[in-house]
Formats: sequence, structure tokens, C-alpha cells
Amino acid sequence: MTAQLAAHSGSLAADAGALLAAYSTSTGEAVQFWILGTVAVIGALCTVLMKKSVHSALCLAGTMIVLAVFYLANGAYFLGIVQVVVYTGAIMMLFLFVVMLVGVTAADSLKETIKGQRWLALLCGLGFGILLCAGIGNASLTEFEGLAQANAGGNVEGLAALIFTKYVFAFEITGALLITAAVGAMVLTHRERTERAKTQRELAEERVRANKQLPPLPAPGVYARHNAVDIAGLLPDGTPSELTVISTLRERGQIRDVSDQAIKDLKALEQRSGERLGREGREEEAAK
Amino acid sequence: MNPVNYLYLAALLFTIGASGVLIRRNAIVVFMCIELMLNACNLAFVAFSRMHGNLDGQIIAFFTMVVAAAEVVVGLAIIVSLFRSRHSASVDDASLMKL
Amino acid sequence: MDNLIALLVAAPLLGAAVLLCGGRRLDAVGHWIGTVLASASFVIGAILFADMLGKDEEHRAIGQHLFSWIPVEGFQADVAFQLDQLSMTFVLLITGVGSLIHVYSIGYMEHDERRRRFFGYLNLFLAAMLLLVLADNYLLLYVGWEGVGLASYLLIGFWQHKPSAATAAKKAFLVNRVGDMGLSIAIMLMFTTFGTFAFGPVLEATGETGEGKLTAIGLMLLLAACGKSAQVPLQSWLGDAMEGPTPVSALIHAATMVTAGVYLIVRSGEIFNAAPDAQLVTTVVGAVTLLFGAIVGCAKDDIKKALAGSTMSQIGYMILAAGLGPIGYVFAIMHLVTHGFFKAGLFLGAGSVMHGMNDEVDMRKYGGLRKHMPVTFVTFGLGYLAIIGFPGLSGFFSKDKIIEAAFAKGGTEGWILGSVALLGAAITAFYMTRVMLMTFFGEKRWQPDEKGNEPHPHESPRSMTIPMIVLAFGSVFAGGFFGIGDRFLHWLEPVTEHAHGHPPIGATAITLSTVTVMIVGVGLAYLQYGRRPVPVVAPRGSLLTRAARRDLLQDDFNHVVLVRGGEHLTRSLVYVDHTLVDGVVNGTAASMGGLSGRLRKLQNGYARSYAVSMFGGAAILIAATLLMRAV
Repeated sequence: MTAQLAAHSGSLAADAGALLAAYSTSTGEAVQFWILGTVAVIGALCTVLMKKSVHSALCLAGTMIVLAVFYLANGAYFLGIVQVVVYTGAIMMLFLFVVMLVGVTAADSLKETIKGQRWLALLCGLGFGILLCAGIGNASLTEFEGLAQANAGGNVEGLAALIFTKYVFAFEITGALLITAAVGAMVLTHRERTERAKTQRELAEERVRANKQLPPLPAPGVYARHNAVDIAGLLPDGTPSELTVISTLRERGQIRDVSDQAIKDLKALEQRSGERLGREGREEEAAK
Repeated sequence: MNPVNYLYLAALLFTIGASGVLIRRNAIVVFMCIELMLNACNLAFVAFSRMHGNLDGQIIAFFTMVVAAAEVVVGLAIIVSLFRSRHSASVDDASLMKL
Repeated sequence: MDNLIALLVAAPLLGAAVLLCGGRRLDAVGHWIGTVLASASFVIGAILFADMLGKDEEHRAIGQHLFSWIPVEGFQADVAFQLDQLSMTFVLLITGVGSLIHVYSIGYMEHDERRRRFFGYLNLFLAAMLLLVLADNYLLLYVGWEGVGLASYLLIGFWQHKPSAATAAKKAFLVNRVGDMGLSIAIMLMFTTFGTFAFGPVLEATGETGEGKLTAIGLMLLLAACGKSAQVPLQSWLGDAMEGPTPVSALIHAATMVTAGVYLIVRSGEIFNAAPDAQLVTTVVGAVTLLFGAIVGCAKDDIKKALAGSTMSQIGYMILAAGLGPIGYVFAIMHLVTHGFFKAGLFLGAGSVMHGMNDEVDMRKYGGLRKHMPVTFVTFGLGYLAIIGFPGLSGFFSKDKIIEAAFAKGGTEGWILGSVALLGAAITAFYMTRVMLMTFFGEKRWQPDEKGNEPHPHESPRSMTIPMIVLAFGSVFAGGFFGIGDRFLHWLEPVTEHAHGHPPIGATAITLSTVTVMIVGVGLAYLQYGRRPVPVVAPRGSLLTRAARRDLLQDDFNHVVLVRGGEHLTRSLVYVDHTLVDGVVNGTAASMGGLSGRLRKLQNGYARSYAVSMFGGAAILIAATLLMRAV
């Protein structure tokens, strides 16, 4: 698709000279814009409105790919590729990793807690959008020159020429910025161990002194239909024990309670067998 | 079609992103909305580049991507450490800066 | 010879420094040191005078530049002296009368344990007064002006244990401040107008300056003169100043310091010549004070206060003459000198009477003292004849000239001023005759005081009588010496200029009428106080008498208008401050507080709220940009 678009743009560049005064795109690009533009807007809206952050991330990735296509359509071949590779590939994956850390299944409540925040946000958003569109409409942007001349020697070569001449200092500084960011991220997430790690023996002794849980923690409950790590084991009286689930899941509130599952299943079974044996039952009633 | 429509699309995406920043409480989603805004800007830059017939707009978009990458790295690190200490990724929980 | 000028000031200044810093070990000889140094100043003055007489008229003025006081670019103030005929007249008067009064004080202050300090103050006064008349610029004159004010304050309040004396000193100081304000403003105006303070350049430049500025300067100088010379409306301090020792009253509040205002006006003659409005105000002030002082003098039973009223009135004559311009300057100074003689003599006589009467000042308790104090009686009597203008004595020549000059002013003004001056002469004769009759004639009216001490009137010691005799000589002969052949006129003319006035009626007629009104005044007083015994307790008197006893309500006026007015002004200002200023300030603070309390709610700590305001701000920025583009 990319190659096709590139060729498309190339053909555009060919008639650019004739269309300097009143520039208009080809019908193909127009069709592509309206279809993919709709997809991009829907993706953006879903990013904002999805309850689960993993869905948001996926929608955003979709929007970004659409944008990559638009970059290609606009003659920015290098950026289009970079958009797919860096943004959609690297950055969005980073997001997904963090989402996994926070909890994939955790759903946000969309209920507003700050009074008037949503209304203000909508008002500002509407006003801002209308003003921005008014500004674009107000500016006389009818004349498009097209990139035929600039891309004549190849888009990547053209960018490289600019980066290593005109923008070389900015380029170097962004390099420094990336290194700083990497170091910063490490500093932020790295937790220095301030004391010696406790040995098994010490942990055991500690546990005995505290006299809280002398035997090893109970294993999670086993429920054959699921990956059962998030299911609390049942105590002899049938109540679930949270001790059996690892603390991370406990903190996320991702414990599934299946303590009444067996009873529900049994009830369903009885009902089903009852239905199946309905006739017999009626016969019995009749016999009475 | 006039290519100025790309600019309208960019404005629309930017506004949606900004509204998302204001509405969502999950720090990760807020961050995604910021990325959306940055991408909208990039689209505008690329459209402008085409409009003026030179590559400076694309260069700026390129730099924006680099800066966005750095920003995402640091921002996500912050979110992770925040989540570690508070066990929550809600931006409203970090509301100590009030009188 | 020029270098002697500084010595004139230095001698009494040295005396003041030695006496005031010397401490008690100088108590025994302090009065001699003071007297010798004052006399030394007089001797130097006499030598300079002789030297001056030896030169021709054109070259008589000499000067001495001591050092540069404030040498700043564009602001040159020098300590430099100028000795011309006018200054010389004052130097001789000040040092001469001053030395006599030093001698007199030796006897008068004999029993005062703080006599050394008294002589120190007297020397300080002499130094300051000499500085005032010798200065060659207004700034140095101002130093002397303040110096005599200080000395006057210290000497009025010399008996500081008496509350009345302490209050009187404060009153004199405060009222004088008002006048000093005028002088300082005048000096500032001079500097902005002429760029200098020196007499020479300032007075030469008057020709090219606008009349408005000169009028302002003249009026400010007049205000200064009013303060120092006790002229209406700043006259109220002089009567109370009589709380000081009598030699002080004689020297400072009769002969010398109070005439500094006249000196100032005559010295600044060119300014007044070019500002007719200021001159007119000056004559009015002089005429009003002339009558004011005379009326007050008629009603007072305190011998010193009666004389103080007389002093005010006589200085009124001088100011009137000075206000007349070139036709009056010389006569103002001439009257000033003769007045210095006879008024100092009268005060010393009054002091002598008090000395013999256990410091009693009420004339109603005197009577028939001529037999007990013959020398005092004769000298006082000669002074009396001089002041009422008895033909042939000092006052006759000088006062007659002033009345002539007043008439010579011309027009309605001339008639009014001349008539006022004539009326003043009649009242002068009346109240001085009254003083004379009540003190030295009639029956004795003194009684033992509450402790049973009956006064034994006696003649004063020789140290007191000799100065009185010398001054009596001056009272008798000075006027004739000056007046006959216009000797004084020729002496002073090079400095002050002189224009011969032409009164609308003949000079002889004026002289005759002056003598006539004098006789009428004496006669009336004789009818009132000579033929009938004087009551020991003052009768209630007419409304005017009662008002005059209260100094024509001057203090009441000051109290009602200035003190009360000031109180009301401050109260209303305080009210405005409390309600308006504080209201605005506190209101601003309160509204700010309220506003902040509301705005505080915006700071809820939620990053998303802050983001909304940022986003809204961005929207507003875009709107503004679009608006600007549209416009």
C-alpha cells in the first residue's frame, strides 16, 4: 500500500508545476482521505472514551497508522515509515507494557469526580476546535506548492541534507535529550537497595517472632476451568481466603471469587436434570 | 479535494486529544491523549511542508517525534514510580498541590 | 584695617565660649571677662569708625573675606564681612549700648548665682548680632538672625525656674520661627532668581527682575522683619519677653535685636524700591503696629510691659519709614539709633526702679519715687522727654522727620500715614507721661508685701547709674547731633540713597503740629493721672482699656484662630485619615482577602483543573489572534 501511495504521490509531483495556483489533490487521495480520516477520528474518540486503557492504546495505535498513511500521502515518506516503526512499534509497545504493569483488565470509571470539569472541558474543547477551524479557514491557504521539487533528489536525502546542515545543532541537542531521558527514566524507576537482602533463615525467624503465619502461605485455589492464580482458595468452611492470592493481584483488586461457583453449578445441574426428568416428576405427582 | 482538509483533521484530532486530557483520570490514557495531540501537530507540520514546498516542516515533525519519544520514556517512568508508591494510576490522587 | 572686622565678632564670641565652657571656676571673674570683651569689641568698632571717617565717601565701605563656607559649583556661600556706613552705625550702637548694659548688669545681676552664664549669653548675643549686621550675604545674615533668636530665647528664659519665663521664652522662639520661615523662603527665592545670596549682586540685579518675584521676596523679608521686630501680626511675643532680666529687655528687646527687621528692610532697599506693593504692605504694617503698640502701652500697669508696648510702637515708626522707600530709609535708621539710646535708658531706669522696689513692677504701687532715686528720676525723665519728642531732644529730630516723610509719600496714602504717625505721637506722649507720673510723682503707694517686707526705695549702685547717665546724654544730644545740618543723612546717604520728600504742607507746619499733639497728649495724661491720686487697684476701665490690658486680644486671637484652627484642622485630618485613607487601605486589603478566598478555590490541586484553565487560555489566545487579524 505504501509503495502504491508513493507512486501516487510521484504522479502528483509530475503535474505539480501545472497546478501551482489552485492546487487540488487527485480523486484517489480524496477518497483515501475521507475514509481514513473517518477511521482516524473514530480511533481518537475511542482512545478518549474506552474504559480500559489497553483498548485505548490499541485505538491510538490504529489512529497512528492512519496518520502514517497520511504522511506518505503528503510526500513525507521517511516520516511515514518512522511513524510506523517508532511510534506504533516502539512507543505504543512501551505503553502496553506499562498498561500490563498497572493491570490489563482494570477498567476506569468514567464518572466525573471534579465538579463542572466535564462541562468546562467540553466547552473549552468546542470553543478551541471552532476557533482553530475558523483560524484555518480564515487563512488564505489555497495555494499549495507541492513537494515535487523538494523531493526531487529523494525524500530521505533531502531530509538528511537539512538535518546535517541547517538543523545540525538541534539534531545534536535532541541526541543529548534522548540520552538524558534514558538516564532519567532509569533514575526514576530504579530503586536502590538500602539494606542487605534478608536471607531465608532470617525471614523464617522473623515470621516465628511475629507469630502471624507460621506455616507457608496457602496455595491459591484450584479451579480447573481457569488460570487459577487470581482465585482465592477456600477455607474449610467454604469462605475464600485472600492470603492465598499474591499481593500484586490483591492490590489491584483482581481476585475472582468462585466460592459460590460450585453451588451455582450444582443448582444449574439440578435444574437441568430436573427438566430432563420432568416427566418422571409429573408422573410421580400424578401417582400421588 | 483541497489539502487544507488535512489541517482541519489535525485540528480535530488535537481538540479530541486535549479534551481527553481534561476528561480522563487514568494517567496512562492522559498520556496517550498527549501523544495524540503531538501526532495531530505532526500531521499539520507535514501538511504545511507540502503547502510551502520545502522539507522544513517534516524536519520539525521529526524532531517532535524524537522529543515525544524522550517524553514518553520519562513520563512512563514517572507513572510507574507513581503507581508503585500509590498503587493507583489516577491523576486525581496526586492532588497535594492545593491550599 | 580690613582684618579687624572679624575681630569685632570674634571678641564677644570668644567671651561666650570662655564663659559658657569655663565652668564655675570663672564665677568670680566671669562678668569682668564678658564686659571687657564687649568693650573690646566697641573699641575695635571705634577704631574702624575713625578709620572710616578718614576716607572719602566713595571708599568707606570695606570688606573681609574669611573663608569659603559652602564651595559647590553654582552654589557659593562665603563667610565674608562687609562694613559700610550702615553696618558701622549698627556696630557702634550694638557694641556701645551693649557695653553699657554689660556694665549695668554687673550691678543688676550681683545677687544672681548664675551671673557668669548670663554674661556668656549676653556675649553670645553680641556676637550673633554683629554677625547679622556685618554679613555680606543673606545666608550669613541668616546665621546671625538665628543666633540672636537663640540668644533671645536663652535670655528671656534666663530665670527658667519661673514657669512664666520659660513659657515666654518658648513663645518668643516659636513666633520668631514663623518670621524665620519667611527669611529662609526669601533666601531660597533669591537663589532661584539671582543664583547668589551676596548683597552686592542681588541688589544690583533687581533692575532686571520681574516685579512679581521681587514682591514675593519683599513680602517674605517683611514677614521675617515682623517676626524679629514684633510687628503685627507677629507681635505677641514682645510683651511676654519682658519676663527676662531688665538688662536683656533693654539691650535685646528695645535697642538692638528687635531693630534687626528694620536693618533687613533698609539693607534690602533696592528690592523694596522695585516692589511698590511690598512697600505699601510694609507701611501698613508699620502704621498698624505703631497704633497697636501705643494703645497697649496706655493700658499696662506693669512698667516693663508699658515700655514694651512703646518699643513696639516706635519700631512701627521705623518700619513705616523704611516702607516709604528712599525718602524714609535714613530716618528709619536715625530713629533706630536715637531710640536705642532713650529706650535703653528708659529700660535701665525701670530696672533701677525695680531694683530699689524689691522687683515690684506694678506702677500703681510706686508713686513719689523722685525723692528716693534722684539719678534714676533725672535720667528716666530725660529719656521720657526724648521719646515724646520734646523739642531739642533726640526723639524730636528723628520722629519729626519720619512724620514729614510719611506726609511726603503723597496722595491719600500720605495723608493717612502722616495722620496715623501724628496720632501715634500724641498717644506716645500720653502713655509716657502716664508712666512718668505714676512712677515718680504723686503720693507713695507701696505697702508691705505679704511677708511684711516694706520696700525701701534707694538709689542704685554706681555701676548701674553710670550707664544710665551715659545713655541719658545720648538721649539728649544724639538727635541734635545727627539732625542739625543733616549730618546723619550725609553719612548714610551713600549706602541707602536718599530722596528728598516734599510734604504737601510745610515742614514747619508739621513740626508745629507734632509739638502740639505732643502737648495735648501730655496734658490729657496730666489731667488723668497728675491731678487725681492714682488708685492702687486698677479700675475696671472701658472696653478698650480692658482689651488693651490683654494686649488688644492678640493672644486670644492667636488662640482662637491659630491654636483652635490648628486643632480643628488636625482633627478633621485625623478623621479623614481614619475614615477615608484607612478605609481605602483596609477596604483594599479586605476585598483582596475576599477575592483571594474565592480564587483560592480554583487551586484545588487537581492537575486536570489546571489543564482546563491552560486550555481555555490557549483558546482565548487564538481568539485574540483572530480578532487582531480581523481588526
